[in-house]
Amino acid sequence: MERPTPTPREGLPIGRAALLGTFIAGVGGIAIAPKISSMLASAVPSAPVGLGDLLPGLGGGWRIYSVQSPLPTFDPATFELRIHGLVERPQVLRWSAVAALPGERQVSDFHCVTGWSVDKVHWEGIRPQTIIDLVRPKPSAQFVSLQSLEAPYIDQISMDQFREPNAMLARHQDGKPLTRSHGAPLRLVLPSMYGYKNVKWVRELRFDAVATPGYWEQRGYDIDAWVGKSNGYG
Amino acid sequence: MARQRVKRFGRTERAAHWLLAGTFFTMLFTGLCLSVSAFAGILDRPTAKAWHIWSAVVLAAGLAVIALLGDRRSLARSAHDLDRFDADDGEWLLGAPRRFVNGRPAPPQGRFNAGQKLNASLIGGLMLAMYVTGFLLWYGERDTTYRFAGTVMVHDWATLILMLLVAGHIYLAVLNPATRHALRGMTVGDVDEDWAREHHAKWVGPAPVDGPKSPAG
Repeated sequence: MERPTPTPREGLPIGRAALLGTFIAGVGGIAIAPKISSMLASAVPSAPVGLGDLLPGLGGGWRIYSVQSPLPTFDPATFELRIHGLVERPQVLRWSAVAALPGERQVSDFHCVTGWSVDKVHWEGIRPQTIIDLVRPKPSAQFVSLQSLEAPYIDQISMDQFREPNAMLARHQDGKPLTRSHGAPLRLVLPSMYGYKNVKWVRELRFDAVATPGYWEQRGYDIDAWVGKSNGYG
Repeated sequence: MARQRVKRFGRTERAAHWLLAGTFFTMLFTGLCLSVSAFAGILDRPTAKAWHIWSAVVLAAGLAVIALLGDRRSLARSAHDLDRFDADDGEWLLGAPRRFVNGRPAPPQGRFNAGQKLNASLIGGLMLAMYVTGFLLWYGERDTTYRFAGTVMVHDWATLILMLLVAGHIYLAVLNPATRHALRGMTVGDVDEDWAREHHAKWVGPAPVDGPKSPAG
């Protein structure tokens, strides 16, 4: 009988253990990562904008995408929401008037085309019907274009999509006024469609007769961004 | 006088390596186009997505074909050499930060040093995790029940770690003067014997007294 040696001559199979351990950590991370992320988000409440993009996980599940830098700044004293196009009563509303419009609350999931989701977001905002009653679109109006303060970001949805039961122009998110990175003061929430249709920093609604592709649609994204049914399924 | 060389990688291992390298960078670039605003305008989304997903399929299928048609004994030997860590490897890993400062010689190493073995394990485990999360991202678009908030976080963190590992790997293989001789092993298949003796003593063995000695294993 040979004496057992502490380490066999050819070594221990640590490579496969490290490989398997890394794999298990990765798959387990699917369940654990969101918890770590929300812990980090509360520990680093003022994480600089953009850091969450570089170090995924600081935004509490959110990623802030923008097409311009710096992000638009909302000034309640000068902000104006313009609602025009094919309507009987075009409007230019100061922020005080926008804030005074009747609102509703909803809880909905937010899905991004790049694969992340934030479940059960609490929104407060203005229902499209309130806007429709205010400006009275003409029968020729088939689309609503939403122009962002973040030029040149624009997107367009159909009137039917604008009337989706869960659609709203959100003013509050999770009990607080929209933050700058989430589209202050006003963003479209359309839970049945991916986030790139949910225009942030909305400053203008225009009722149109013709379809115009939005910012990402001009770059190959689907015009109808139904969650689960678009963009080559995503 | 011609330098003595020792064979390190056969065609099978080199094919697997360069298949991984090519598909990795295709997936990295198209993945950045799919998920980072600054890259999103370079390729249109359908194209980026098709290349991204098909690269993953080509990698998996290609590795299967290489394993089927290639030199499986040599693949198994490489897998074995990557898997086994001995006491010298432990010392190599623990002493690496100190050696970086004081430049002392490393404990003798086999065909792969402990860092290469660890790198292979980490890349292997992370790539498997990329396949699971990538599949969930793909499938979650068909059935939103399978969209989990953590999926894309793991996919992204694994990407970051892979980028660091691959950056280090390329630095050591192409730039670092002490280790870049190894690149030849992955391009033409053999490496300089004197270099190998210095860096992989337990693989090449001691210098022959008279005439060149063929490498063990």
